[in-house]
Amino acid sequence: MSVAVRHTWFMVGRQLRNLMREPIWIALLLVQPMVWLLLYGQLFKRVTHLPGGGFGTTSYITFLAPAIVIMNAFFGATWSGMAMISDLDRDVLPRFLATPVSRISLVVSQIVRSALIAVIQGAIILLVSITLGVRVHTAVLGWVVVLLAAALMNSAFAGLSQGIALLVRKEATMIAIANFIGLPLFFLSSTLISIRQIPHWMQIAAKFNPVNWGVIAAREVVLPGTDWNSVGLHLALLFALSVATAAFATWTFRAYQRTI
Amino acid sequence: MDAIVVDELRKRYGNVQALEGVSFAVRAGEVFGLLGPNGAGKSTTVKVLATLTKPDAGRAEVAGHDVVREPNAVRRAIGYVPQSSGVDRDATGRENLMLQGRVQGMSGRALETRVAELLDLLGLARSADRVVRGYSGGMKRRLDVGLGLVHRPQVLFLDEPTTGLDPEARASMWEELERLAEGESLTILLTTHYMEEADELADRLAIVSRGRVIVEGTPEQLKQSLRGEAVEVELADGRAAEAEAVVSGLEGVFEASIEGRRLHSRVASGARAIPFILSALEAEGIGVEAVTTHRPSLDDVYLHYTGREFAAEDEQGRAGDSGEDGRR
Repeated sequence: MSVAVRHTWFMVGRQLRNLMREPIWIALLLVQPMVWLLLYGQLFKRVTHLPGGGFGTTSYITFLAPAIVIMNAFFGATWSGMAMISDLDRDVLPRFLATPVSRISLVVSQIVRSALIAVIQGAIILLVSITLGVRVHTAVLGWVVVLLAAALMNSAFAGLSQGIALLVRKEATMIAIANFIGLPLFFLSSTLISIRQIPHWMQIAAKFNPVNWGVIAAREVVLPGTDWNSVGLHLALLFALSVATAAFATWTFRAYQRTI
Repeated sequence: MDAIVVDELRKRYGNVQALEGVSFAVRAGEVFGLLGPNGAGKSTTVKVLATLTKPDAGRAEVAGHDVVREPNAVRRAIGYVPQSSGVDRDATGRENLMLQGRVQGMSGRALETRVAELLDLLGLARSADRVVRGYSGGMKRRLDVGLGLVHRPQVLFLDEPTTGLDPEARASMWEELERLAEGESLTILLTTHYMEEADELADRLAIVSRGRVIVEGTPEQLKQSLRGEAVEVELADGRAAEAEAVVSGLEGVFEASIEGRRLHSRVASGARAIPFILSALEAEGIGVEAVTTHRPSLDDVYLHYTGREFAAEDEQGRAGDSGEDGRR
């Protein structure tokens, strides 16, 4: 086990070093969530006044900010398999497989890297939100929960994305699948609007949607009247899903090894 | 002592039988070549030995460890330089080497010193802290070799070490490898489809064709096993079978065979046989376009043992790349 942890650390180090060499990427990847936060948030700022309510605040940007952190973590995760495909295409993996490197670390490091980036970006999004007047009701603990929710949100789908990457091993297919998964799950959630405002069938679908789990956990701690049971439950659900998808990714890695 | 023992390896990919019972042994400290055309099964053999893939049947030991039962012991004892570069192009040369050393269990001062030593040895010291993306093909290939050597392995596998390099880079790679083989007291198994490369580098070699080892020996032994010299006649028209019959009946001709419009023959002395061959063909009215003679090369050895021309087979293996060499 300690070998697996050490090797995961080495592999994460490799990925972060490469990323830090071009930190511009972290900024470029933040353009999209910032557009949602700054433009969409302004465009629909009156939405909290809709009859039926359910927003828990009159400030739409306060309602939106934690969800954008989650959305960003989620979309980042759906793309995380691209790094695996690039390693496959460049034959980096076979080279490592001829060493005693822990097999599991090759998969888990990709997930950890992806989740770490989601947390860094989440912190930046939160900082920008604060300057826009967003107040995290539960203060420091709230920050921790939002970022933890972002990490779990990301790892749950990063595991899936890595698994799919190892199965399809083609960039074009990977892009198609990421879009196919990403948009529907995003819209079938309360990311942009209160759950009470959406059609009944969508409310039911949202209950089973992991993206919505993350949004609920993050939003609960930002808005007043935090329901800690709900926070705990939804974080636990995301954790369970992360374990399951990591297991799936590990299984697909074995399948890939059999094709060498 | 044998550093590598390969016994009746078989491996199938889908409906392609990549290995049909490969056997050979490599002595500790020697440079052993697996020579064969594209698709012959060389890369698959190396992948089995480097524990990347399991054989369907047969047995192999590397540095005294069974590749299937003790894969991690094998992995610690070997360096593997894959056919296509496995370097991380977004990292620097030094970072690549450091990471490779760490997963091989090295750390601290010892690792840093070893990495610096290798960068020097491979002529990469000045580019060590540049991102690999900007390296030339030859530099990248040398870094590949370095990655295989970081942990001072006993056995180094080089899969097509000079494919894709220009002639100059190839020549300097050959020198590099010869130096390494001496300096690092390594056993090297290299695969190649370049005859000259096998001839130049290998102490001994095995010729592989269609998943089997056809013949094994030193390059000299293999060439000497073919007596005399080779004479090749390019025929002007399609009467190949007749030409073969005519020439193989001549005195002093040990063997003759046909490949397309080319007639291969081996004779005691090329200079003396050519006039006889030409006049015999002329007497039958068979036109000739060109004649050459040369000492037996590994090409002739391949032809002799497989009945097929190496270049044609190589071309075919590449075109129908049914698997193994180009496979990921």
